[in-house]
Amino acid sequence: MSPTIGVVVFPGSNCEHDVVEAVELLGGQARLLWHAEGQLGDVDAVVLPGGFAHGDYLRPGAIARFSPVMAAVTAFAAAGGPVVGICNGFQVLTEAGLLPGALQKNSGLRFLCRPVELRVESPDSVLTTGLERGTTLRLPINHFEGNYLADAATLARLRQDDLVVLRYVDNPNGSADDIAGIRSPEGNVVGLMPHPERAVDPLVGGTDGARLMGALLSAVGVGASV
Amino acid sequence: MRFDAAVEIRTKEGIADPEGATIEAALPALGFADIGGLSVGKSIRLWVEAADEGAARARVEELCAALLANPVMEEASVSLAQAAPA
Repeated sequence: MSPTIGVVVFPGSNCEHDVVEAVELLGGQARLLWHAEGQLGDVDAVVLPGGFAHGDYLRPGAIARFSPVMAAVTAFAAAGGPVVGICNGFQVLTEAGLLPGALQKNSGLRFLCRPVELRVESPDSVLTTGLERGTTLRLPINHFEGNYLADAATLARLRQDDLVVLRYVDNPNGSADDIAGIRSPEGNVVGLMPHPERAVDPLVGGTDGARLMGALLSAVGVGASV
Repeated sequence: MRFDAAVEIRTKEGIADPEGATIEAALPALGFADIGGLSVGKSIRLWVEAADEGAARARVEELCAALLANPVMEEASVSLAQAAPA
């Protein structure tokens, strides 16, 4: 059986089918995982998709963090399993403490929905393996709370330890240090605001996202010679 | 004993408050140029069963740390009053 990507569905998630479509297009298998399940089953990687988990009530990700599935995701990540949070999924990962910092309202108070240029800053993550530092990618963003912030010590550590995975070329939302995505020290947990899963088909504006989603699939053995 | 609690969540000092800044920027045009320093937070009301006021406060502060406020960007203050008997 080919490797399977588990895609978590919270009430209010709305990008889960985009992730499934991207995974399948790139030769992987995907399975939706309802948030109330306490177990992930037999999956090789987990994606927390975009949307408005639990209505984004209180704060984006604040309530999703307490969904039963998150204990399983945390254990999976601790065991080295690949976990990627996209947009709202990134917000959930920071609220759950799997990645540092927080995502605040965009500076300028605009909901942003447009393609942006990003620079790959670290190849040492499950999402960027095989991409060269400095590679630019064009991916859509679609968020109101994408303004990354962390205290000065955390920002210094992110920089020193090469934990920033993606930076905006032209910062759209006020994020500290132009940060668009970060990783755990081990590189298996990644959170990013842009949507790679929405950029895998030339029909809808480019395929740069396939390079990131493809790296994730390679990390779990899709496309490996058998 | 039941206590009524009011929790106020504010953006931490030094963290940008774009919502407050945007509202404040509109004040002069509305004829309120004499008002400033505006910030936006959240007000949350709840009740808590506890043995005394100290225990009630500790329990609500625990909830603030776990859920109601994000310590990266927010701080919470709790006011308590003994609930009126039903």
